[in-house]
Amino acid sequence: MKFTEDHEWLTLDGDVVTVGITLHAAEQLGDVVFIELPEVGDEFEVGAEICTIESVKAASEINAAVAGEITEINEAIVANPALVNEDPEGEAWFFKMKLEDVAVLADLLDEEAYKALID
Amino acid sequence: MSEDDLKRTPLDAFHARHGARMTGFAGWRMPVQYAAGPLKEHASAREGAALFDVGHMGQVNLRPRSGRIEDAMLALERLTPAAVLGLPDGRQRYAVLTNDAGGIEDDLMVSNRGDRLALVVNAANAEADVALLRRLEDVCEVEPLGRGLIALQGPGAESVLTTLGAAAGGLRFMDAASLTVAGVAVEATRSGYTGEDGFELSVAAEHAPALAEALVEAGAAPGGLAARDTLRLEAGLPLHGSDIDAGTSPVEAGLTFAIQKARRAGGEREGGFPGAERILRELVDGPDRIRVGLRPEGRAPFRAHVPLFEAEDASAPVGEVSSGTFGASAGGPVAMAYLPPRLAAPSTPLWGEVRGKRLAAAVHALPFVPHRYKR
Repeated sequence: MKFTEDHEWLTLDGDVVTVGITLHAAEQLGDVVFIELPEVGDEFEVGAEICTIESVKAASEINAAVAGEITEINEAIVANPALVNEDPEGEAWFFKMKLEDVAVLADLLDEEAYKALID
Repeated sequence: MSEDDLKRTPLDAFHARHGARMTGFAGWRMPVQYAAGPLKEHASAREGAALFDVGHMGQVNLRPRSGRIEDAMLALERLTPAAVLGLPDGRQRYAVLTNDAGGIEDDLMVSNRGDRLALVVNAANAEADVALLRRLEDVCEVEPLGRGLIALQGPGAESVLTTLGAAAGGLRFMDAASLTVAGVAVEATRSGYTGEDGFELSVAAEHAPALAEALVEAGAAPGGLAARDTLRLEAGLPLHGSDIDAGTSPVEAGLTFAIQKARRAGGEREGGFPGAERILRELVDGPDRIRVGLRPEGRAPFRAHVPLFEAEDASAPVGEVSSGTFGASAGGPVAMAYLPPRLAAPSTPLWGEVRGKRLAAAVHALPFVPHRYKR
């Protein structure tokens, strides 16, 4: 599992990454009440806004840490946003994305580096 | 402002003990939520009893130098369009402080405690309010208090206090009285800012932690600022700094209930408050814009400053959201907004622009969740 400084996690399977937000991020957000996901087939450059997450307190975004095309989205978290608070690093993944270049993942944080970031 | 510069209420250690996440708010270090999270804390206030530290709010006594409470009441009327004279001993009233432009400097609660008026003002405005109140020093001693303040809110609030030996059942909505709760002397009012039955308990700072722990022991769940905000929004209660401010008149804000007949045109104490010209005119002619409730049709909350349009393709906005969130009891997003009076009727369709998209909404009568005060 890889991590970003914006508190997302990514796991790679072939050339497809699954992306979600970390437990730390979910705790900081508080109760999530609304999620807007991209559509399958949407393409994103690094830094582009992919998702919106609204908690009771405020709105925040997931921006693309890597470039690619959306292959699957998790409708379960749209129907039940509370899932993000219950199981952020498991069932409550956000989307899957086919990468243009798998090698870019090497630039992201590993678990140890992410833990150091949030401590 | 760094963490060290933030003021701490007497319940700072209580919050830490109960796992609160703290944030800076109006210069104070305050709990935004506890481990339960804002949704559960919100539910506690609607279904049981929730405890909120509101010790950041300003508590100020006005004591008449003459010893006659009527003198303090008339003095306060120089700063507010509310009728304060005539407020019975042991009763509380909502009031706004106005400026010369007819805007709202702050909103507050004032209680007649027989020998003094007890005011509770917003934390962010407390210093400015005290400066304003010092204009009344010809008549009153102005005493800012360093006391704790705990809001106990929800249908279970009375039984929590009764369990702790307080004769809370003797108070009805907007009564003020001295009580003893778990052996601690408090100045209580049966009021709050959640739309629920409940109490606000002013307590000497040194006794505040023991009182808070006793309330939790008796069944109250601690709640943070996030839950307080969703509760007051569902109850249609404006927040100064968001829904009302120095540019908003009380008529625009829909707070005409806080301008009693005695202060209006033809009343026995007509005018005589800052901004009277504008406010009395708006009471007759109507304001240019008015505060309304708004329900987005989808699940996306409309937050503050979302522009509102009459049609999906309209180019110029007709109004703006002043605050908005997800209302757990309302079962969806809720907001307050300012609109021209012609668009203020419930069910009027509108469009809000959220992240570049026009989303449908409709005007909704306030409150979103019925008040359940014990009148």
